Amino acid sequence: MSTQQADQHNTAQGNLALKADVRDLNFFYGTFQGLKNISLPIYEKRVTALIGPSGCGKSTLLRCFNRIHDLYRGNRYEGSITLHPEGLEILDRAVDPMDVRMRIGMVFQKPSPFPTTIFENVAYGLRLRGVAAKSLLGEKVESALRSAALWEEVKGRLHQDASNLSGGQQQRLCIARALATDPELLLFDEPTSALDPIATASIEELVDELKTRVSILIVTHNMQQAARCSDFTAFMYLGELVEFGPTEQIFFKPAKKQTEDYITGRFG
Amino acid sequence: MGTGEHTIKQYDQELESLRGRILQMGGLVESQLRMAIDCFDHADLRKADMVIEADERVDAEEVDLARVILNLIVRRQPAANDLRLIMGISRAVTDLERIGDEATKIARAARWIHNKEFVVRSPRIRDIRVSAEAALMMLRGALDAFARLDAVAAAVIIRGDEEVDEHFRLILRQLITFMMEDPRTITSCLDTVWVAKAIERIGDHSKNIAGDVVFIVQGEDVRHATPEQLSRAVSQT
Repeated sequence: MSTQQADQHNTAQGNLALKADVRDLNFFYGTFQGLKNISLPIYEKRVTALIGPSGCGKSTLLRCFNRIHDLYRGNRYEGSITLHPEGLEILDRAVDPMDVRMRIGMVFQKPSPFPTTIFENVAYGLRLRGVAAKSLLGEKVESALRSAALWEEVKGRLHQDASNLSGGQQQRLCIARALATDPELLLFDEPTSALDPIATASIEELVDELKTRVSILIVTHNMQQAARCSDFTAFMYLGELVEFGPTEQIFFKPAKKQTEDYITGRFG
Repeated sequence: MGTGEHTIKQYDQELESLRGRILQMGGLVESQLRMAIDCFDHADLRKADMVIEADERVDAEEVDLARVILNLIVRRQPAANDLRLIMGISRAVTDLERIGDEATKIARAARWIHNKEFVVRSPRIRDIRVSAEAALMMLRGALDAFARLDAVAAAVIIRGDEEVDEHFRLILRQLITFMMEDPRTITSCLDTVWVAKAIERIGDHSKNIAGDVVFIVQGEDVRHATPEQLSRAVSQT
């Protein structure tokens, strides 16, 4: 999608505030170009799903948002991602990635609790931020666990090892960990692909609740999940954004044939 | 819709088979209607039984197609053009079954009218035949548009419904005149009104089927659209 198309879309969704704004984004893994000229609006307190076949660049795009690519040499960004309302340029070298990650949380495909207690997992980001007061830490941890719909299940064993939790609980713990620092945007990278249908349903329900407070960007291979959870859907192919629009439109009458072929299982 | 094949070939076959069956059902209803018109117009009462018998097959087909559609939705979770096709077919099946019912009403009325001893029979109304032919053409056109998924042709059918409606009003005026001139024709005229009304409803159902084609191709619901909205829906690319 061109910048012009993205602008038209922003105008069409006039009553929605922008949380982030991707402009002419190119991303290179060394000499390989992973993302090509992406322009995409992320609306505030809405769920945006990124869909597309393996290798299309959706996870690459997601990871640009919290500068994870900075961890590897040779990776290079061009273009911009602006975080609103104050217009923070996420990709600007002068901006500390740690500051970005405090405001933009991430939940990965496989539940990845730290090898420590449930409490310490959630408190980790807060301690990094300099929160030391026990009472405040306790308050924040409880609040994050409640938000992640995990409090009732773990309140009696906060100081037990997090690895004792089930897969679904571990994933909700990771969501609580991301929520503890009060992020404005949450990134989910295939958050339910390692979970059973019941745990998947609980995460999806959680996403629906969380969007009343945060903006959410979710990468998923499961198209039904994108249809169920998201308000907007972006279809990517070979590093390009083919189509972006309200989820209902993308799944009912997409404008591009490539999108339709992918959605209906005619791809390749 | 001819946009290539699914990765799962069985899905293609299921969709193709569904399309084939709705067109077959359309053919059955079309011949049922043709027989009903002949039955009324030529007092060919042997055909009345054939119309009623065909209706049983149409009803059974409606039930079985509903099962097939449900199965496809459950197993394949269709999206985009597949979803529109399946929903469009589901709606069209209902309208076809109702056309079958209307054809049966015409056949029953024909049997009733021709067997009954009226005090005075109303004069023969040529416009019934004309109206029935127009409704039959609408049905045929809607099925053609369905077979080719041609939204432009479907829009022509939708606009054509006005003609069938106008025939109905014309027939009604004639019958009212007969009844006023000679009240002894009232019983006979009223029976003819039911037939005219059934034909007018067949026009409406055919119009709905044409609307389903626009829905499948363009993703626009034109059931209550104005002529301008219809033109816009069809011209979208």
